[in-house]
Amino acid sequence: MTDATYIEQAEAKDAEFGDYIELLKPRVMRLVIFTAAVGLLVAPVPVHPVIALAAILCIAVGAGASGALNMWWDADIDRVMGRTKGRPIPSGRVTEGEALAVGLGLSGLSVVMLGLFANLLSAALLAFTIFFYAVVYTMWLKRSTPQNIVIGGAAGAFPPMIGWAVATGGVSVESVLMFALIFLWTPPHFWALALFRNEDYVAAKVPMMPVSRGGRSTRRQIFVYALVLAPAALALGLTEIGGPVYGLTALVLNAGFVAGAWRVSRRSGAAAEADGFRAEKRFFGYSILYLFLHFVALLADAGLRALELAPTGWPVLI
Amino acid sequence: MREDHELHKRRAGRNAWLGLTLGAFVALIFAVTMVKLSNPQSEDHKAPNYVPATAGDSQ
Repeated sequence: MTDATYIEQAEAKDAEFGDYIELLKPRVMRLVIFTAAVGLLVAPVPVHPVIALAAILCIAVGAGASGALNMWWDADIDRVMGRTKGRPIPSGRVTEGEALAVGLGLSGLSVVMLGLFANLLSAALLAFTIFFYAVVYTMWLKRSTPQNIVIGGAAGAFPPMIGWAVATGGVSVESVLMFALIFLWTPPHFWALALFRNEDYVAAKVPMMPVSRGGRSTRRQIFVYALVLAPAALALGLTEIGGPVYGLTALVLNAGFVAGAWRVSRRSGAAAEADGFRAEKRFFGYSILYLFLHFVALLADAGLRALELAPTGWPVLI
Repeated sequence: MREDHELHKRRAGRNAWLGLTLGAFVALIFAVTMVKLSNPQSEDHKAPNYVPATAGDSQ
């Protein structure tokens, strides 16, 4: 092999550090960090800031590791989809073997370190989350059923429950309802995306709801999930971690979410294509804000309680 | 191959970031160790059924 050949091959394969970071899906990690941090901070048991930081880091790295395993397994369909063909493996910057090694290595490291930093329950929940996302969702459900995102959404719903477990060492109704909030939010959020990214999923032969059941059924189910999501979101406001800020925020946001889902459900595919899926894109954007503001509101009520500024008499019914 | 080739720069950058990451990891372990050692009675350090021993327990 000449130097020139070696350089050409090395240039094609040698990844930069940022390419490995990209394997961890940093945008997904941001949401994981935020929701896990809220779950930890709103819990009634205070955690030392250093332990909290270390635990959240472990949860983020664990989530990133499952993202790397997802990219390793899905490299073939990532090459086909416009949204994902720039990822490190399809673009040739990282090999599949490297992604697998990064995914497995960081999975083990994050779970062990969380067990040492916090407690065994939170480590077990993190291990289950990684397994659920990488094996149950990515390897099994994603290519086999249009309900893929419904069941797979559980993986994204665990972080606040893990954060809560770091602080309290247990699982309670508050953490279950935080889980339910993300779990029930996931299908309408991703189906709105799938409606205007349908061609990608058709090309990759991923049986997302619009591909296998059609747009009409998907739109109807978005509305049904919005209706189911609203009471779960409002119920969280009636627990120990709820308060006036969350109650008001949830009321306004859920009214908007149901109204947006209703608008999407009433539209035909032809009308959506005619205006470039404006309502679907708006609903998708709103859904991101919806989840973010729910958790901000939980944090705000926790802050008011910590400062002893929370009004007395807020009903705790659950 | 010249040592200032793009390939070397890329690898040097990658190794520097890896070094920083490992250094940060060591610092994190150190910080957590210090917290755990200075708060031996903290909740995250106790077994679920932990009961502090009293003088009478040794009889």
